[in-house]
Amino acid sequence: MSTQVVTESKLISEYAPRRSFLYGFLRWEWMIVALILVDVFVNTKLSPFFLDARNLSRTSSDFMEIGLMMLPMVFIIITGNIDLSVASNMGMSASFMGLLHNMGVNIWVAAGAALLLGTLGGMLNGYLISKIKLPALVVTLGTYAFYRGLAYGFLGDQAARGYPEAFTYFGQGKVFGTLIPFSVALFLFLAVIFGLVLHRTTFGRYLYSIGNNENATNYSGIPVAKIKFIIYVMSGFMASLAGLILAARFGSTRPDNGTGLELAVITAAVLGGVDINGGKGSMLGAALSLLLIGLMRFGMGLLNIQGQVQGIAIGLLLILSILVPSLVRGISSLRRNFNGRSALSAAAFLLIFILFFIFFFWSRAPVIAGV
Amino acid sequence: MTVQNSSAVKSPTNSFSNLLWTLVRFREAGISIFILVLVATVTVRAPSFLTVDNFKDILLNISILTIVALAQTMVIITHGIDLSVSSMIGLVAMMVAFVVKQNPEIPVSLAVVLGMTLGAVLGSFNGLIITYGNVPPIIATLGTLSIYRGLVFFYSQGTWINSFELPAAFKFLSKGTPLGLPNMVIIALIVAVIVYYFLNHTRTGRDIFAVGSNPDAAQYSGIRKQRIIFLVYLLSGVLAGLAAVLWVSRFESAQTNTALGFELQTVAASVVGGVSISGGVGTVPGVMLGALLLGIIQNSLTLIRISPFWQLAAQGLLILFAVISDKWILSRVERAKK
Repeated sequence: MSTQVVTESKLISEYAPRRSFLYGFLRWEWMIVALILVDVFVNTKLSPFFLDARNLSRTSSDFMEIGLMMLPMVFIIITGNIDLSVASNMGMSASFMGLLHNMGVNIWVAAGAALLLGTLGGMLNGYLISKIKLPALVVTLGTYAFYRGLAYGFLGDQAARGYPEAFTYFGQGKVFGTLIPFSVALFLFLAVIFGLVLHRTTFGRYLYSIGNNENATNYSGIPVAKIKFIIYVMSGFMASLAGLILAARFGSTRPDNGTGLELAVITAAVLGGVDINGGKGSMLGAALSLLLIGLMRFGMGLLNIQGQVQGIAIGLLLILSILVPSLVRGISSLRRNFNGRSALSAAAFLLIFILFFIFFFWSRAPVIAGV
Repeated sequence: MTVQNSSAVKSPTNSFSNLLWTLVRFREAGISIFILVLVATVTVRAPSFLTVDNFKDILLNISILTIVALAQTMVIITHGIDLSVSSMIGLVAMMVAFVVKQNPEIPVSLAVVLGMTLGAVLGSFNGLIITYGNVPPIIATLGTLSIYRGLVFFYSQGTWINSFELPAAFKFLSKGTPLGLPNMVIIALIVAVIVYYFLNHTRTGRDIFAVGSNPDAAQYSGIRKQRIIFLVYLLSGVLAGLAAVLWVSRFESAQTNTALGFELQTVAASVVGGVSISGGVGTVPGVMLGALLLGIIQNSLTLIRISPFWQLAAQGLLILFAVISDKWILSRVERAKK
């Protein structure tokens, strides 16, 4: 349904006689850059520790696992699919490496085996989605439980620790002579590669083509099934790589490492302007939105705001990033259809939400006071 | 299949393949067969599995899942998804628990109504941004998933409500057995009957299917698409609110991580129960079987003494297996029809 509507509106905008200067400026990447600047400005005012190179360097490595998994996720979402299993795959790979390490296997062999297992995990997803033709959401929901379950199976209630320093360098070390963490350098390098593949190769063009119209792409002789298989294998490999980086950063592995990160990965990609319905998005936008989320979380952390409460801001940002442009686009039709009745229902909803929050604070006050 | 069937029609003696054919035509055939095979296998390993008490236990465990999965089903039928159900449950559970703690004398029915009302507000917020804001459902509810969960933390400031802070009548709501079965199972059955009637025998219910299978055609035939979509998210909130009250009553506590990750279980129950993620297809009995299957898997893994650490992996594998076998059986049926 929505794809058709989107295609139509795109056609209209493409044939529009002239675009205003503002329209060009309102490209999504510029919006994110503006938001980043606002965030940096506000946070510098609020906390003297915000613009501290050491702090920034340390906090930046916290987001690299999300970043590494986001790169193939951009590919997958552009084709109109999704991978909910990435964080579970990450946990599975890291736990497998931990298990082998506990058994006394050489750390590099263990890491290689973990990468292999993660890639196999991606292959299973890819096979079920591209060959058996099951919906991506269903398949990766199943493997989401399966891979996380394997992580628990490997390590149980144990944690693996005592990794050699040569290995933890990949999570904690800095690139020689600078403050840039190794993981950040790795992410930037891979982001450039993924960006070039997406925007400068035929493979990348095929991804957009699949996202816009999978059937038509298939009938044009493009090997859709093979491409879908490849991107899920990539996703599995990158998830296990993220798992290794995570293990190196913590210096230990627990089977519940990274639970729930898949939603953070998807949030970063979508906030970066990658269309969840497929066919649209850029690697630059996704990378910028990762930077924005990282800076926001870091700033709120400095202000002693709990991680979960920070989620309110990230969630609002995610919704507003789609809501505001769509309201701006729909403003003319809104004006046409606006009448007394819709004004009344808008007022009613506003009243309901206000009442809800009055109740929210009223019911909370006595208990909070008693604590 | 075709050959067998036509021969069955010709010779009435071949009644077995006739029976098989009738079975297979049901959409729920795949999952039913899967459940029967699983039950048979587990019973061989652990005879205590096939007892009335054990099944009562299973039913008690899947009641909340069934209620929320039915809500999720209505949403998925419109080609949407509601990932925020778990956070709605968490927030409503915390708010209701706070109110009940402060006012232990309020009747239980009022607490239920309060929970459903709060759920309705949260659900209508989802509905508004999805319909009038044109935000894709997965994005909107992914956003409210973290917003509502953040509000739980903000609301409670990290404190919990424990068992001793809740009145006995409230705890009795889920566990009492005045009708032979635990109340909660009966509530889930009532919800299922209402949803069944609503989806199959009311005009609005049929409109939900119409919107899901072809939104444009539905709109051209005069169905107010936006209203229907708004309605399913509202109902999802209402049922999540009901589930939240039952959750507090059953587990006798409200924590900041109540129902964390539950959204994926509800989607799993719907999908395993034959609801098509691309909209327009789904039945209430199918979803109930889906929830039952998840419950049986969880229960039987414990009974046949699979280490708790491997249980999640086995669950995930069985879900994949159920979905693949369902697809396989369905394609056989399609081929047989031709």
